Amino acid sequence: MVTTDQAQPKPVVMPLDGPVKIAARGVNLWYGAKQALFDVDLDVGANQVTALIGPSGCGKSTFLRCINRMNDTIPTARVVGDIRLDGEDIYSPAVDVVHLRARVGMVFQKPNPFPKSIYDNVAYGPRIHGLAESKSHLDDIVRFSLERAGLWKEVADRLPQPGTGLSGGQQQRLCIARAIAVSPEVILMDEPCSALDPIATARIEELIDDLRDNFTIAIVTHSMQQAARVSQRTAFFHLGILVEAGPTEQIFTSPLDQRTQDYVTGRFG
Amino acid sequence: MVDVPHTVKAFDDELAALQTKILRMGGIAEANVAAAVQSVIRRDRQLADRTIVADQRIDAFDGEIADLVTRMLALRQPMAQDLRMIVGALRLANDLERIGDYAKNIAKRSIAIGVSAPQQPMHAIPRMGDMVLTMIKDVLDALANRDPERARSVWARDPALDELYNSVFRELLTYMMEDPRTITACAHMLFIAKNLERIGDHATNMAETIHFAIVGARIDGERPKADVTAEMSAPGKDA
Repeated sequence: MVTTDQAQPKPVVMPLDGPVKIAARGVNLWYGAKQALFDVDLDVGANQVTALIGPSGCGKSTFLRCINRMNDTIPTARVVGDIRLDGEDIYSPAVDVVHLRARVGMVFQKPNPFPKSIYDNVAYGPRIHGLAESKSHLDDIVRFSLERAGLWKEVADRLPQPGTGLSGGQQQRLCIARAIAVSPEVILMDEPCSALDPIATARIEELIDDLRDNFTIAIVTHSMQQAARVSQRTAFFHLGILVEAGPTEQIFTSPLDQRTQDYVTGRFG
Repeated sequence: MVDVPHTVKAFDDELAALQTKILRMGGIAEANVAAAVQSVIRRDRQLADRTIVADQRIDAFDGEIADLVTRMLALRQPMAQDLRMIVGALRLANDLERIGDYAKNIAKRSIAIGVSAPQQPMHAIPRMGDMVLTMIKDVLDALANRDPERARSVWARDPALDELYNSVFRELLTYMMEDPRTITACAHMLFIAKNLERIGDHATNMAETIHFAIVGARIDGERPKADVTAEMSAPGKDA
């Protein structure tokens, strides 16, 4: 019942009830000749968790990767539109992409610790960005980041051991600690729990909830229960179009668009 | 509303089974209310006895629906319209169970009244009975046909039932003051009328539940209420 060639109804976007951290307007993205995003207008609220949901290929991850210009690494990708972080155009030629990615960190689907020690995984970012004044300052950053990521107690006595020796859930928390270490403002998470068991997933979800006091978080997830549990705001994408965005509770109890309704109730996708 | 099937077909089957159970439970509740009112009108003790026994079937459905709802919540993690319908089913079963209890109580009182002399307001009880039965029938149709407008129409009818109850209340007070020997029978009649009025309230609850389950929004406006007997004193004193 949903096809792209029909005239699409306008997206249903409920206004944000707090400050805006990221404002996207008219975002279109092509991979070569194929258009993957169509005129996406979406605000991400500061110190909130925004969940991006939708069936595979709907553009949710593509949109997420626009926010820290990860799509720049794909030669065929072309982005048109306006994305602002605290009002600053992140696609402006004046923007240093490395600096942008320090402000907007990312955690991926599969935990991807560097083949280094636990300590060096976390210390890597602060070192290359020159954030630590001394060895003891760096130690503090590592400890603080691991504590924030809820991993400190488990790894405090084995910091020199390789990060790859940790369990999957621990590795993912290590990646979150690594993202936190450079003091980003925004953390993007692309299906951070899809490779984890339910207990490790619950830990990460608990962590996401803690992190939102200090960071703005946007998370792509295939689990609607997870979106419902961790986020305050949910945006539903379908076929490259933003269909509906609003308070999470509303999206999962009384969505306004029929397509959202069909998706969240398991009728397609 | 386009009802696209679920990707998991078993979920569709369970939702259909849930609705069927509610409708069957509702059918029995409706029949029991009708039989209870008839047992009052005709002083039919056998019918009253059968009605009292039949209430067990309503209670059994209530348990089955609670089990099915718990199972669906655990296994399917329903969202949006499905979630509203499944949680709504629990409330509907609860309202129908209460309606069944009121019908049973009316049947019991018809037996108690049976031994005393016939009473006057016999014309009002059948009228209240008819109104209540149409409300139950329409609210069940609203569920079966996914018709929020019909649910709203049931909701809007409650004040008329309340007004009828008010007039029965006044009438019975008058009889009891005129002839204290009628007090026992009149008191039973008063409870019967009150039970019918409460059944109407539950049908109204059901209308609200069904409207919310279908549309995702509550029926607009303050719930109309016209039962004023709580503030009434004896007739003649303040009129």
